[in-house]
Amino acid sequence: MVNNISAANDDQSLLLEMRGLRIDGMRDDQWHQIVKGIDLTLHRGEVLGLIGESGAGKSTLGIAAMGYVKPGCRFSGGSIHFDGIDMLAASEEQKQALRGVRIAYVAQSAAASFNPAHQLIDQFAETPVQHHQSTKSEAYADAKDLYGKLLLPDPERIGFRYPHQVSGGQLQRAMTAMAMSCRPDLIIFDEPTTALDVTTQIEVLMTMKDIVEKFNTAAIYITHDLAVVAQMADRIMVLRHGELVEEAPTRIMLANPKQDYTKSLWAVRSFRKMPALNLGQNDTQPIISVQNVTAAYGSLDILHEISFDLYRGQTVSVVGESGSGKSTTARVITGLLPPRLGQVLFQGQPLPPDYRNRSKEQLRQVQMIYQMADTAINPRQRIRDIIGRPLSFYLGLNSQQVEARTRELLDMIELNPDQFIDRFPSELSGGQKQRICIARALAAEPTCIICDEVTSALDQLVAEGILRLLDRLQRELNLAYMFITHDLATVKAISDEVVVMLKGRIVEQGSKEEIFSPPYPEYTEKLLSSVPQMDPDWMRNLIAKRGPYR
Amino acid sequence: MMSILRLIFQRLGLGVLVLFAVSLIIFLGVELLPGDLCQAIQGQSATESTVAACRKDLGLDQPAPTRYINWLKGISQGDFGTSLANGREISELIGVRLSNTFFLAMVAAVIAVPLSLALGILAALYRNSWFDRSVNVLTLSSISFPEFFVAYILILVFSVKLGWFPSLSDVSPDTPLLERLHKVFLPALTLTLVVMAHMMRMTRAAIINLMASPYIEMAKFKGLSRSHIILHHALPNAWAPIVNVVALNLAYLIVGVVIVEVVFVYPGLGQLIVDSVQKRDIPVVQACSIIFAATYVVLNLIADILSIATNPRLLHPR
Repeated sequence: MVNNISAANDDQSLLLEMRGLRIDGMRDDQWHQIVKGIDLTLHRGEVLGLIGESGAGKSTLGIAAMGYVKPGCRFSGGSIHFDGIDMLAASEEQKQALRGVRIAYVAQSAAASFNPAHQLIDQFAETPVQHHQSTKSEAYADAKDLYGKLLLPDPERIGFRYPHQVSGGQLQRAMTAMAMSCRPDLIIFDEPTTALDVTTQIEVLMTMKDIVEKFNTAAIYITHDLAVVAQMADRIMVLRHGELVEEAPTRIMLANPKQDYTKSLWAVRSFRKMPALNLGQNDTQPIISVQNVTAAYGSLDILHEISFDLYRGQTVSVVGESGSGKSTTARVITGLLPPRLGQVLFQGQPLPPDYRNRSKEQLRQVQMIYQMADTAINPRQRIRDIIGRPLSFYLGLNSQQVEARTRELLDMIELNPDQFIDRFPSELSGGQKQRICIARALAAEPTCIICDEVTSALDQLVAEGILRLLDRLQRELNLAYMFITHDLATVKAISDEVVVMLKGRIVEQGSKEEIFSPPYPEYTEKLLSSVPQMDPDWMRNLIAKRGPYR
Repeated sequence: MMSILRLIFQRLGLGVLVLFAVSLIIFLGVELLPGDLCQAIQGQSATESTVAACRKDLGLDQPAPTRYINWLKGISQGDFGTSLANGREISELIGVRLSNTFFLAMVAAVIAVPLSLALGILAALYRNSWFDRSVNVLTLSSISFPEFFVAYILILVFSVKLGWFPSLSDVSPDTPLLERLHKVFLPALTLTLVVMAHMMRMTRAAIINLMASPYIEMAKFKGLSRSHIILHHALPNAWAPIVNVVALNLAYLIVGVVIVEVVFVYPGLGQLIVDSVQKRDIPVVQACSIIFAATYVVLNLIADILSIATNPRLLHPR
């Protein structure tokens, strides 16, 4: 552990320095610059936050610290020095000797980044053993110690499980432990909590911050979530399109962002829907009424006596952690999963439980928009076919009418018809794809749209655009939305009514104002207090309030 | 663990069902053959009474369902009936031949399987290098030539020109092991060349396919060597497709040897089936077919079970 001693002696010394770094990526058989001359310095024990939208080059920059570029990319200029070692000139063997030992990496999806075929502790021990840092039994003992420090349950035995046998939040902490196995000087956290629920996220963030402080490890923390980076980083760099927008210590950056782009990132969370106009006025009858629904996969009940109503022109948000039954509820309403008990009414009339028994007219009334626009649209169809299909299928329009209506719909979702109608999905950005999915849902002229985590996969600015669009369409077309999400900021932005779910049950429901004002039921309180705030002291205060988490 | 046992029993049950279906198809297929067996046996000398006597002798006068059930009963007790050509017990006739075929297949498998896996792993390790390319070219060319051609080339080189190995693999039950190995070397080599490409390329593809997955990238970020990554991170997750292709090729080593056995005059099951078809020795053909089918079913069953057993999600449920 020679590294530690030198780190302790010389706290503020320079650890990582990038000067004018340029990285190219191959797209359409041409090299494009994806990192455009970035300067970055990092001192020992310091945590640097990299934020920006997807495509900003933050992950590319992060792994470049290891002298690594993804396949299809290349270094095209500038320099990277890690503790005096020129990483661009270093041989593959030299870099291999540094990776895992002095520079470690924590990936976004722990579930995908752990090898499914090996036990956690073996994957932990692999790095120190292969790099001749310690013996296997020493590594095992160290793993158990670190698992304890990271507050994993049963640290003596949890390592002997396989990745699929532990939860997502535990896996993410096990990966942090793995990164710590050789006590590196630098850890790169690449969106480590993005895939986690907010209640799990805070547990992981707390332990990560704690362990980095304990070992005085320097870190690069990559995220698109400002509030998260505010908790973790000493200093923040804002990136956009591979360029540095702004750099400042966290408190100064949060208090006083200088650049317009940075301010716009800050402003994202400000969007608020106007309250629904006809709340409980003209529509005494709900458009959709879910009544005492209990649903099961096989013999296991997933939903327990769910009841709520959807009215035209209103948005009902369904919130909860993953596995709480949000999407299953949507499957019951759309008839993909017939309920075991209870029923779904459409304008007072019961809908057949199985979608196969529903009429075309009944099917048309309820449409869905999914989280992953990528997988929800056929990559081999042009936009005109994707939107045109429901027009001819549900409404029986002829080809001229389809063309005209498709253009109208593209106008409605703010995409230029002449430019977009003949494109393939692969020629669109993530946000544009999601807009196409919205247009496809609108094409059926439904009264109710179920939005399943439609903004979760999008950057905040793009997500806000989608939320504004959905809001405008709702007012224009008097639509009812059921909005499934785990993001409370989105809930605050878009809902009229809120349904909070936990383990297949509704724990609270009511108007947004009721839900977001005290007193809260225990679980809602936990959910609300777990949402990271822009205040850099928020997490510290919360830890103090909640007591040490276990 | 229970779920694995249940899966295995399910597969076993399915295997038995498949064998049953195959036996039915074989029987019906033979039934549909034109011509009368007894007439064919007796040829010119057939008279109405001798044919009738012959049919009664062979039990052919009974209705087809009865004969099928009797045949099935016999097989399940290991009794395949008697050969029409020489009146010997088929099980006795097949016994020696079958063990010869298994011996040849085993020798070929012992060479081919480790060799193809090793070449596949090396090709994945040194992907797109000259080594990778030449292994691909060589294995693909050897699979592209007809078997008899490969066999004759090997005979020409190793037996006619160099004189290292005999061109006739005429083994008998009392041939000592070493001599036996020496004699089956050329046919085994021919078979190896025929089956290697498939297994080697599947190994290479299965590993390369996994090289893009996040846990492989993670292994790179842990500074592990390329060979360690392939052997410890890619290979354990690549077993399922590899095992299935290996099983298919092992089955081919037993079932597909007909041509090779004929070329090298090797007294195996392939030779027997060719002879029996020529002699219209239907019971022998039926028996051989059912043995071939069983080989396929059993090997695929083993592959299925192995690929289930190498899946950690099934092996270690939550």
